[in-house]
Amino acid sequence: MAAGFDPSGRLPDVFTNAGTSSFTTFLSRVAPEMLPGRRPLPPGMAADLAPHATTIVAISAAGGVVLAGDRRATMGNLIAQRDIEKVHPADAYSLVGIAGTAGIGIELMRLFQVELEHYEKIEGAMLSLDGKANRLASMIRGNLGAAMQGLAVVPLFAGFDLAARDPARAGRIFSFDVTGGPYEETGYDAIGSGSLFAKSALKKRYRTGVSIDDATRLAVEALYDAADDDTATGGPDLIRRIYPVVMTATAEGTHRLTEAETAAIAEGVVAGRAENPGG
Amino acid sequence: MAMQFYASPEQIMRDRSELARKGIARGRSAVVLSYTGGVLFVAENLSSALHKVSEIYDRIGFAAVGRYNEFENLRRAGVRMADLNGLSYDRRDVTGRALANAFAQTLGAIFTEQSKPFEVEICVAQVGATADEDELYRLTYDGSVNDEPGRMAMGGQAEAITGVLKADHRPDMSLSEAVQMAMKALSSVGGEGGAARTIAANQLEVAVLDRGRIGRTFRRITGAALTALLEGDPAGDLAPAEGRAETPTVPTEEAHKPTTSAGSADLEGQPQEKPEA
Repeated sequence: MAAGFDPSGRLPDVFTNAGTSSFTTFLSRVAPEMLPGRRPLPPGMAADLAPHATTIVAISAAGGVVLAGDRRATMGNLIAQRDIEKVHPADAYSLVGIAGTAGIGIELMRLFQVELEHYEKIEGAMLSLDGKANRLASMIRGNLGAAMQGLAVVPLFAGFDLAARDPARAGRIFSFDVTGGPYEETGYDAIGSGSLFAKSALKKRYRTGVSIDDATRLAVEALYDAADDDTATGGPDLIRRIYPVVMTATAEGTHRLTEAETAAIAEGVVAGRAENPGG
Repeated sequence: MAMQFYASPEQIMRDRSELARKGIARGRSAVVLSYTGGVLFVAENLSSALHKVSEIYDRIGFAAVGRYNEFENLRRAGVRMADLNGLSYDRRDVTGRALANAFAQTLGAIFTEQSKPFEVEICVAQVGATADEDELYRLTYDGSVNDEPGRMAMGGQAEAITGVLKADHRPDMSLSEAVQMAMKALSSVGGEGGAARTIAANQLEVAVLDRGRIGRTFRRITGAALTALLEGDPAGDLAPAEGRAETPTVPTEEAHKPTTSAGSADLEGQPQEKPEA
């Protein structure tokens, strides 16, 4: 690997010193080319170069939080992928969804997952939820140069706060922009090209203290509304059996709803819309 | 002119070995073994915060005895190396053998190049699909590596402890049997006049690499779950299986362990305090 190994075969000092508990800081010393923000880009706009991932919604519910994303990636007017997965667990109690340039988004998400796990292993304790959000913000900020050339990535981060006094308010949502963040959101939030429509739908339907089950349905409804009005967002695909990815984070940890569960919710939403297209 | 002292390389190496062996022998011991559900680590440790046993990667764990700052140094290096390789390739491409090699090279280089060797003994364990596929590597202060057959003991009086393990260990043991046997092995030495003694549950650091899990398999067993296992409660065997990602969250109060340092207390040769049975 890039880390100039000692001729004796001994692990270099940067591996063994007590320096840092952050994996990205460590990587910036041993293999900076593995950090997305450290790669030189030729000048010019590159926005149409790579597929874009789209809408993600987050809803904070009683005792947790729900994060859901559609499955479409687009490249200009084409559908680049029908079944991309943009919502992933960040660690045992938090979730992250990515909108923007798909390749960089997935890379950043993997890096963020390793960052959290690495800290946990080195320190023997998890980062606080705010600490995780701040780490993610600084990783997004590192990508600013690429973002200015059209390769922007914006995540949505949600998690269960183990330190929360009131378990009903333990589900928290953080949003970001290309310059970093984080901005804590109350109730719900959405990112990506269909976020305008998803948020409008949630504005009318969201109630504080909604149950996790109702929130998963709300999330799929909001994604349906986004897909209804935004060509870059994919609705539930009943023919190919491709449904949104829906994940929850509660006191029991993160959980991805099974294919059968999301299918049932999505079919319910579609049946509802067959009667009343406005929802 | 002062006389130049001559010391033969052989003498230097022997002195270094002796220093390291003495340091390690003063410490409390640790045991690593395969059981039916995975790999079990049991270390005698007065501290609940300064660990002798820890997670390196999905299926790889680390146990060490000796000087805390030195093995902590290696542990960090191991976690960094594993995470770096896992990110550049794939999670499945991080292996215990590669880590054992890197540790061996590092320990070997330190032993020959520096005036003071690391006073540590390390185990890198990787859990496999069956007990036969488990890998246990023992690394000593001079960088030598041994592939151990399903069980090993390190630290002070390791030979006597290994004797008990050799007699009693079977790879098809249940978790509760394995913990009790490890406890028996650790407490078989160190009493007055070399007799057996009792070790309280809160002086044990116990963790497993759980064969049945997907992803991160390392889990600590503390508090009530550990007491249940030691008492042979069959429910204790089930408890870990249903425990979900119980990787370190908030430090639990239940352990009520003393807060003295793990490594330093070991090496300062304190008289063994009598644990309340």
